[in-house]
Amino acid sequence: MNSATVRNLLVRGMLAGLGAGLLALIVAYFLGEPNVDKAIGFEAAHAPAHEHEVELVSRSLQSTAGLATGVLIYGVAFGGIAALAYCFALGRLGRFTPRATALLLSGCALLAVYVVPFLKYPANPPAVGNGDTIGKRTTLYLLMMVLSVLLAVAATILGKRLAPSLGTWYATVAAVAAFALAIGLAYAFLPVVNEVPGDFPATVLWRFRVSALAIQITLWGTFGLVFGELAERLLHPKPVTAATARPVAAPH
Amino acid sequence: MAQHVASPTVTTPVVPAKLPLKDIAPWAVFFGVLMLVLLYFVGAEQGATSVVSGEDVHEWVHDARHLLGFPCH
Repeated sequence: MNSATVRNLLVRGMLAGLGAGLLALIVAYFLGEPNVDKAIGFEAAHAPAHEHEVELVSRSLQSTAGLATGVLIYGVAFGGIAALAYCFALGRLGRFTPRATALLLSGCALLAVYVVPFLKYPANPPAVGNGDTIGKRTTLYLLMMVLSVLLAVAATILGKRLAPSLGTWYATVAAVAAFALAIGLAYAFLPVVNEVPGDFPATVLWRFRVSALAIQITLWGTFGLVFGELAERLLHPKPVTAATARPVAAPH
Repeated sequence: MAQHVASPTVTTPVVPAKLPLKDIAPWAVFFGVLMLVLLYFVGAEQGATSVVSGEDVHEWVHDARHLLGFPCH
């Protein structure tokens, strides 16, 4: 019974992730792609003539089918992981309904999985970044992501532990402050990466990064709302009938 | 106001039951790993490390990798 609930939530999480991925794809195509193209234009104008490589995948495929593949798989994969985390969070975070738990989890995931690593190692368009340091940059980015997620989980546990003595409000404030302090230390001690070419247009870089952030906000916001709705209907079918029954009971 | 008093069960917040860890664990392990493998192929394959030789995976998800925030090249 409970195992079936986990399976049902997982399936719904992946479906909600796919839906969220579709919306994120629209944002990525209309807001993100123009900046990718401008950055590639900059790259082409600055590359020495002999460095023009043979295209394995054409630009028109990269910016449509390739982009869709990546964003949709990302949505489904994070949808599945978030659904599994949700199974664990359900009933353990406090007095939240299934729908509220989903949106809360989704908001925290946006922060921990994306925003916190992004503030230290922001997304970079083509032409930014030295190919020789790709290994180091990937390691640092994933390290920052894992660290941020682990610290967010630790802060949540800390908040739950402090709640009986401090009360929910101050326990939450203390847990968030501890998270911010730990992240601040990580920001201070992890190495700085800045490989933006000196003459790279600042507006293109800014718009690229804002569009990258918009993609994630769309993805996690949609996921939280859609998955919350699906989970609420799965776990509490009754409140829906009670709500529809209310106007009938009103005249008495 | 009257109808709120008449139906107190509707306004009571419904706290969902906890799912036992032993029911979550098998799903979390199997699908957790599967999802991470998918993320690896979108985010890092043929960049920092390569399981499949060549550049096709990298080139295919190139734009997604940039826009999703992963270091690409």
